[in-house]
Amino acid sequence: MTEKRNTPLLDELEKGPWPSFVKEIKKEAGHNLMTNDVLGILERSYEEHLSHWKHGGIVGVMGYGGGVIGRYCDLPDEFPHVQSFHTYRVNQPSAWFYTTKVLRHLCDIWEKYGSGLTNMHGSTGDIVFLGSSTEALEPCFAELSSKKDDMPSFDLGGSGSNMRTPSCCVGPARCEWACYDTLDACYNITQTFQDELHRPFFPYKYKFKFAGCPNDCVASIARSDCSVIGVWKDDIRINQEQVKECEKAGTDIKAEICDLCPTRCMEWDGETLEIDNSNCVKCMHCINMMPKALKPGTERGATILIGAKAPIVGGALLSSVFVPFLEMDPESDYEDLKELTEAIWDLWGEHGKARERTGEFIQRVGLSNFLEEIGLDPVPEMVMYPRTNPYIFFDDEIFEDGAE
Amino acid sequence: MPEFERQTDIGPPHYGQFLPEVIKKNYGKWDYHEILKPGVMVHVAESGDKLFTVRAASPRLLAITSIRKFCDIADKYCDGHLRWTSRNNIEFLLTDESKIEPLIKEIEDYGFPIGGLGAELSNIVHTQGWVHCHSSASDASGVVKAVMDELFPYFSGEKHLPAKMRIAYACCLNMCGAVHCSDIAILGVHTRAPVINHEDLPKMCEIPTLVASCPTGAIRPATVDGKQTVEIVEEQCMYCGNCYTVCPACTINNAKTDGISIWVGGKVSNSRVAPMFSKLAIPFIPNNPPRWPEVVKAVKNIVETYASNARKHERMGEWIERIGWPKFFELIGQPFTKYHIDDFKHAGETFRRTAQLRH
Repeated sequence: MTEKRNTPLLDELEKGPWPSFVKEIKKEAGHNLMTNDVLGILERSYEEHLSHWKHGGIVGVMGYGGGVIGRYCDLPDEFPHVQSFHTYRVNQPSAWFYTTKVLRHLCDIWEKYGSGLTNMHGSTGDIVFLGSSTEALEPCFAELSSKKDDMPSFDLGGSGSNMRTPSCCVGPARCEWACYDTLDACYNITQTFQDELHRPFFPYKYKFKFAGCPNDCVASIARSDCSVIGVWKDDIRINQEQVKECEKAGTDIKAEICDLCPTRCMEWDGETLEIDNSNCVKCMHCINMMPKALKPGTERGATILIGAKAPIVGGALLSSVFVPFLEMDPESDYEDLKELTEAIWDLWGEHGKARERTGEFIQRVGLSNFLEEIGLDPVPEMVMYPRTNPYIFFDDEIFEDGAE
Repeated sequence: MPEFERQTDIGPPHYGQFLPEVIKKNYGKWDYHEILKPGVMVHVAESGDKLFTVRAASPRLLAITSIRKFCDIADKYCDGHLRWTSRNNIEFLLTDESKIEPLIKEIEDYGFPIGGLGAELSNIVHTQGWVHCHSSASDASGVVKAVMDELFPYFSGEKHLPAKMRIAYACCLNMCGAVHCSDIAILGVHTRAPVINHEDLPKMCEIPTLVASCPTGAIRPATVDGKQTVEIVEEQCMYCGNCYTVCPACTINNAKTDGISIWVGGKVSNSRVAPMFSKLAIPFIPNNPPRWPEVVKAVKNIVETYASNARKHERMGEWIERIGWPKFFELIGQPFTKYHIDDFKHAGETFRRTAQLRH
C-alpha cells in the first residue's frame, strides 16, 4: 500500500458523468509508488498552473533510436519514484482490435514494469505505456518482444525523426465503405519499413495514415505526411427501392441529398435517383446519408496525398494530391506506394533541413521541382488552380530545338 | 541466461489473430450499417450475418485495472473481443443482440457511458498536458473532463446536433492531435517569450541547432557573463516553443501567462465541402484549474449557438462559411480583435478580397 495523498483539486475532477482520468490514476496509485507520485505531482501542477515534467537526454532500448520518449520530473526529491518516467510506445495492431487474452497479457507486463497507466491510444496510434523508469525499459522490452508459445510478441513504435507508427481506420474489418484493405496496407508498410521505424535518420518525423474512404476517420489528410485515402473510380451503386425507403423514413431526398451534393450531380424525381457519376467527386455525403441505398463503386483504390502536419515549425498544412488514383491490391505488395515513399525519403532525406517535415520541404523547394526529382508527372488534380503569378522558371525544353 | 530473449524489428502482431469470427468470415463483405440507438450500431454483411457494436466513452488515460475490467465484460458478452476507435472510444463487439442491454448496463455501472455515434459529439481527442508533457501550456485531461461533463447530453444522445461534431484538445502548439482541423479546437498557448537559463544552456544545448529551430529568426547567439549562449528578440517571438523542445534551457512554460485559445470550423472528412482548418474564435482564456469554468462556458456557448442556428447536416465550418464570420462573432458575443488577423506566412490569402459583404 502507498501513502494516501491529499488531492483536493484533482478530486473535483472525479465528479460528473464523463469518465474521470483522476479515478483512473487512483485505481493504480493505491498500490504503485510511481503512480502515487504521479498523483502528487499532478496535484502540484494544478496548484501552480505549471507542468513539472522535463524532457531531454537520450533514453531507449538497445539498438533502437525511437519508441521511448525521455521524461523526468523536476521535483525528484519530493517525488523520487517518478524521477524518470518515460513514455513507452508499443506498436498497436492494425485498427486497434484486441482479444481479452492479449490485453491481459499487456496489462500484466505493464503492472510488472511500470505505472499501470496507459493511453489507449496515443495520438499517432500506439499503445502508450505511461511512465517507465530508465532501468525498466530494457527488461520490459525483452518481455514484450520475446517469443512465446501462446502469446504474440510486441515491438515498439516510432518517436523522433523516424517513420512514426502507421495507423489505419477499421476498414474492411467492419466498414462497407472501405475501398482498400487498410489493415493489411498498414501492417505491410509497418513491417516493410521496420528499420526506418526504429532508427531515426530522417530530417524529422514521417507519418502514414490509411483511411478506407474519403470520410477519413483517421484524419489522415490533417495528420500524416503520407495520407492514403480510399476511393473508387466507377459508378456509385444504387438500390432504388432503398432510396424510396429512405424517403418513407423521413429523408427529404432532394433537399438533404441532391441539393447538398457539392457538384449537384444527382437528380430525384420521386421514383428514381439519377447520378451523373462523371461529375461525382466522391465526397461521401449521399452514401453517408443512405448506407442501405448507395454504395461506393467496385473499381477501387486510393488517392495518395502528401505533406500534412501540425503548426510546428512553419505552420500547419493539409496533405495535397500526389497520385489521384492508385490501385491498392494486396497481391501487388503495395510496390507503387513503397517506390513513391522511397523516392520521397531519398530526396527529403538528402535535402531536408533538421526538423523540416515533407510538407514544408515541398513548399520550400517547390512542388514542380519536387515532382521532377521523384519522377512524377504534374497533373491538374494536384492543384486547386494553376499559378496566378507570371514568375515562371523556364527551361530550355520549351523551345522546339531545345535552345534559343 | 536472461529470462526473456528479446527480438527486434518484429513489428506489431498481425491483426488477423485478434478479429472476432464474424469479422473473419465477413471481412470486406459488409453490406450496410444502421445506428440502432445512441452508441449502438449494427453492421450487416452480405451473408446476412450481423455484428453489433456498443461504443463507450473513455478518458484515454486508462488504468490497467479498468482494462482488465473491460476484458471481464468482453469475455462475458463479446467472446473476448473489443477494439478502440481513432477517437479513443472503446468498442465492444458482439453478435448476440439479446446481450446488448445487459452489456450496456455493466459498462455504465462501471462508470463508462455509452454514446458518441452519428450526428452526435464523439470523444475529445487530446494530448498529455500536465500529466506527462514538458511543454504543456495547460492540462489536457482536466479541461477535456470538464468540457465533456458539460456537453455530456450531446454524447449520450439526449440532445442533438445538426451534424457530427469533433472537438479536439492540444496543450501546446505542437498539437499532438488533429486539433487544427476540428469543429472546435481547444489549444493551450504560451504568450511570453522563453526565459533562458544562461548557466545551463552552454552545457545542454547546441547553439547552431537552437538558432536554426526558430521559425522567425528571433534567436541569436550571444555572450552573457562570459558564457556562449543565446538571446531572444522578444518582439519576434510568437511562442511556438520549438526552441524549448530543442533546448530545455529555454523555458517556455509560465504559470501566470499560459492559457487556452479556442478555434472553430475545421474538418477532415471530404463530405460535401473539402477539409478545412480551424480558425481562431477566442485568442486567450487564462488557466483556471481544476475545472476551467471560463473555457467550459465558451465552448458550450459555441456548441449551443451552432446547434440552434445551423441547418441539418451542416458542420460548424459550413455553417460559419454560410452566415459569414462577422455574424459568427456577433452570435457568440466575442469581440473581433487584432489577434484574429493572421500575420504569419500566407496571411494575405485570409484577407477579404471582395466587396461582397452583408450590411
